[in-house]
Amino acid sequence: MNKIRRNRLIDSAFKYVGVACTGFGIIVLAIFLGDILLKGIARIDWDFLTNLPSRRAHRAGILTAWTGTAWILGLTAIIAIPLGVSAGIYLQEYGKKNRLAHIIELNIANLAGVPSIIYGLLGLQIFVRMLDWGGSLLAGAFTLALLILPIIIVATREALKAVPNSLREASFGMGATKWQTIWYQILPAASGGILTGIILALSRAVGETAPLIVIGALAYVPFVAETPMDEFTVLPIQIFNWVSRPQEAFLVNAAAAIIILLAITFVMNGIAVYLRNRWQKKVTW
Amino acid sequence: MKPIEAKNVDVYYGENHVLKDVSMSIKENTVTAFIGPSGCGKSTFLRTLNRMNDYIETFRKKGKVYIDGIEIYDRKVRVEDLRRKVGMVFQKPNPFPKTIFENVAYGLRIHGMTDKREVNERVEKSLKQAALWSEVKDKLSKPALSLSGGQQQRLCIARTLAIKPSIILMDEPASALDPISTAKIEELIHELKEKYTIVIVTHNMQQAARVSDRTAFFYLGELVEYDKTSEIFTNPSKKQTENYITGRFG
Repeated sequence: MNKIRRNRLIDSAFKYVGVACTGFGIIVLAIFLGDILLKGIARIDWDFLTNLPSRRAHRAGILTAWTGTAWILGLTAIIAIPLGVSAGIYLQEYGKKNRLAHIIELNIANLAGVPSIIYGLLGLQIFVRMLDWGGSLLAGAFTLALLILPIIIVATREALKAVPNSLREASFGMGATKWQTIWYQILPAASGGILTGIILALSRAVGETAPLIVIGALAYVPFVAETPMDEFTVLPIQIFNWVSRPQEAFLVNAAAAIIILLAITFVMNGIAVYLRNRWQKKVTW
Repeated sequence: MKPIEAKNVDVYYGENHVLKDVSMSIKENTVTAFIGPSGCGKSTFLRTLNRMNDYIETFRKKGKVYIDGIEIYDRKVRVEDLRRKVGMVFQKPNPFPKTIFENVAYGLRIHGMTDKREVNERVEKSLKQAALWSEVKDKLSKPALSLSGGQQQRLCIARTLAIKPSIILMDEPASALDPISTAKIEELIHELKEKYTIVIVTHNMQQAARVSDRTAFFYLGELVEYDKTSEIFTNPSKKQTENYITGRFG
């Protein structure tokens, strides 16, 4: 057949291939979600959310797990956000654009891809052993903060890069100092992108399991953590623990806990997407 | 003491010699136009006057530039003070993504004015000077980016005026605007020259002829001719100038 017909055929064939691939992904996800919901949704009630873990499946709850997740999220945020955003601002706005800067940029991007368990090992050596914080919330939070720091730095830099130079020129042209320009013009303009990056980084931290296991977050924690030096557990670890048990009832618990974890993740990502859309609409260069 | 004086200024971007031995002085309360083909160095020279070239990594300069008698590239000079005195309006209007009021008030805030009443007064006065007040007085809290291109450019002029400069540099201020907005800007320049010294870079020779008292013709980095506008356009002394204004090249 001639070229034109062939091209048209490929064009419409690709459309179907695209739909099929997308459909495949969505169907697999739907099956997984449906399965989890079927197994676990009935188990979720007030008791489940407020009970401590127990050796009896029907009495076990996720209180320590979700409070642990909340603690870790809060502490990690307090540590990682100021450090990450400041570092991003410094590297993007103040740093000289020389070879060293280029190497740093490359390495920070690499750090974002390092397997999280390596961060766990790092945290174990430095925070748990050297600083003697034990398997505490503080050690966990610092470890996760290191993990998500590169993500926040890169997101901050990208958001700053997206601010057009005409804005900087206008500000400098009026006699503003570099800091005034950053504080009054550039940061507000980049805030949407930075916020989105922060939320995505935190939602990654919420789901991290391996590094926390390595630093010693326990699987069976029959008390609610009260200070940053307390031992703790988090939802993913609790899920892991229950899934490893042979009793059917614990699998149901695990399914229920997975639903809670998914809900948290979806809400956080949803907020990030919403904010990003709103920001993109507001900012029209 | 002239407001602007340049003595043997050479500018390099790395190896590129973009301005060659430019010397000129500009009198107070005049409008001076810089004309010349693309890439001749007129914008570069303009930006040398308020040190906006400092942000280009490869920028090097020789020679001296004096604003109100002070050599502006001297170490002791605070560049923020220089830019308060020497304002700049850019080719593409670049208002801040904030309200109309905040755009004009920004300069006042960063230079330390805190009294609310004073700020309000200055904002109103500057918007009136820029012939924009009647169009925006009822919507000062609306976003600046909701204004038309011509209005945005007048807003940029207003915010520059708010901090009371003595010199205003304009880099092709009307080239992105429609003819009516252009006419408004030219009218504005005519009013402003009573109080300010204005330098305008323009590609539009008719504009240069309409608006300026003196004109400087740049070509390939050299200041070829600098004279009264009427002389340049009716009786230029250099052949290159004549060729350019009659459209033989450029």
